[in-house]
Amino acid sequence: MPTIAAETDKPVIQPQNDKSVIKLKDVKRVYKVGVERIHALDGISLELNENEYVAVMGASGSGKSTLMNVLGCLDRATSGYYGLDGQDTTKMSDAALARARNERIGFVFQSFELLGQLSALKNVEMPLIYSKNGWWTRRKRAINVLERVGLGDRMKHRPNQLSGGEKQRVAIARALVCGPSILLADEPTGNLDSKTSEGIMELFDRLHQEGQTIVIVTHEEHVANHAERIIQMKDGRVCSDLPANRDLVHKTAIQNNVRGEQS
Amino acid sequence: MRVLLQAPLVFLRLFYQSVYLALGQVWANKTRSILTTLGIIIGVASVTAVIAALSGLRAKILTQFESIGTNTIFISPMRPDRGPLQHAPYWSIRFLPEHFDGMLDHCPSVARFGRQTGVGAYTVSHREKSVENVRLRGIEPACHQIESRKVSLGRPLSVIDEMQMRQVCIIDPKLQNDLRLDRDCIGQSILIGHNTFYIVGVLEARPESVFGGGDQESSEIFIPFKTSFKMRRYLWVGVLAESKSPEVSDEARAEISFFLRRTRNIKPGEPDTFRVDSVKNFLEIFDEIARVVFMVAGGIVGISLLVGGVGIMNIMLVSVSERTREIGLRKAVGAKKSAILTQFLIEAVVLCFVGGLFGVGFGQLLTTGIANIPNIELDMSFIPLWAIGLAFGFSGSVGIFFGMFPAIKAARLDPIEALRHE
Repeated sequence: MPTIAAETDKPVIQPQNDKSVIKLKDVKRVYKVGVERIHALDGISLELNENEYVAVMGASGSGKSTLMNVLGCLDRATSGYYGLDGQDTTKMSDAALARARNERIGFVFQSFELLGQLSALKNVEMPLIYSKNGWWTRRKRAINVLERVGLGDRMKHRPNQLSGGEKQRVAIARALVCGPSILLADEPTGNLDSKTSEGIMELFDRLHQEGQTIVIVTHEEHVANHAERIIQMKDGRVCSDLPANRDLVHKTAIQNNVRGEQS
Repeated sequence: MRVLLQAPLVFLRLFYQSVYLALGQVWANKTRSILTTLGIIIGVASVTAVIAALSGLRAKILTQFESIGTNTIFISPMRPDRGPLQHAPYWSIRFLPEHFDGMLDHCPSVARFGRQTGVGAYTVSHREKSVENVRLRGIEPACHQIESRKVSLGRPLSVIDEMQMRQVCIIDPKLQNDLRLDRDCIGQSILIGHNTFYIVGVLEARPESVFGGGDQESSEIFIPFKTSFKMRRYLWVGVLAESKSPEVSDEARAEISFFLRRTRNIKPGEPDTFRVDSVKNFLEIFDEIARVVFMVAGGIVGISLLVGGVGIMNIMLVSVSERTREIGLRKAVGAKKSAILTQFLIEAVVLCFVGGLFGVGFGQLLTTGIANIPNIELDMSFIPLWAIGLAFGFSGSVGIFFGMFPAIKAARLDPIEALRHE
């Protein structure tokens, strides 16, 4: 688990290592609708290393949500290999997948998904209820992680007493509380205004600096620009996978090409 | 080893968490929960009230028998339910006093017995006061001891009174009061009908009784058994006997039957023309009736619990569908199928237990109500502990039975679909 760095202006030494967290090899996900077969993921090969900061972009229907579900062990790949922390998830039982979700993956959803009748603290504690070892220390760990996302003074509040940004912070705290290997965020700023979004993205940046591996699914340019690596998806395939600065160049090149053809 | 130890621990944690969550849910939807469990509440309340009434009645009867004496055996003539005497006139099967002569020699388990007659109702007078409708009973001295009615003043009837057919009597305090007799009225004479009797003793007041002569309105006079035949030539004879201990009461009954069959000339194969009942026997009869009542009540309550259970199932299905997103989220953060199943199952069971709790509460209210109705013999009603256990057991199993389907439905939800649910 990464250490808590309260002061972000302190120079943080990034643990540079190339340990692979996620390894996808030719992953396919096929839905059957009647007799038709829809290839939501059509042979994706990916490798994410520890402490990477990745944005997955693509138009709707490009398969990024399906990729997210597969990465998050909510869905199984129809074929191919998916290794999470070196373990093959394709052969895992449902219970083992549930455990993997609990221990290795943190989810952040677009619509927060907080439980309305529970306080922020209880919401953050929730994943630890289902964890094997975290039960006895759940209160301490939840307080810890809430302070880490900057909500130390909002613990007893219920979701309806919190602003959108605060709700998303609680959701991020909940995702982090089990110390996951990877943080999966599905449109984390989709329900927030631009100013709050910026705050949330700064939080993601800080978590990244502290060593957290993060995958953000988004279609917003300015959100994706926070990431270090941008994966563009189209029709269930990866169409470009470049570091952020090169991606920008790549994109302008494409746009220029399009303009050139139009004119 | 650690894994073995961890499995029950994980379950206990889950159990605690589920109970906590379920109570939270019940508290959050108070009105809904109460309305849902109404069927269970009514069922449990009625079953506990019925059990309370029955056990109260039983306790009451038991104390009464104890005041009579648990060794007591009642012998009375009875028409057999088969054979030529089936429709015989009662008079032809009556007891004669001589049927019982020498019974003690032939029945080793019988400690003592006493013949008694009911002579009828008479008008009793003393000087210018008179009381009508006083029941006159002729008894042998042993009856006093068997019925354990104490004489508070004077003496009980004696064997000499019996042998000499003396015109003596024992009265009860109510009569003493009604006739305006002196405080010490021993030796004074009263008129029963047209015969003069001398008072030799005054009884203690009669305890209330659920059966046989329970009314406190009329008084009683006891005269010697043989003297009663001077009042009327032909009389009904009944017999009270007492076994040596409650354990041998069945033997005593058998011996008495055997003896009476001989003295009454009943040939082998012919049915008895009398009945011999012990207190134990009466209790068995009561328990039999109580069992039937309990079965009928149990059937009705079973239907009520069934309806209540369907209500629980319905509300749990509603709960599952309105909390689909929550289920999806819980699964996404790592809840296993079994965890979701346990959560919803325990929620159903907790709901039922809440119903059971309220039911027992209402049952207690009902029981208090029953116990306070005047003039019926249920004032000793109470809810026995096993009935409370039964109520909770039943509501718990209803919860498990009817909660299973919604819980399975919740556990089977696909997390992706569930999170997309509106």
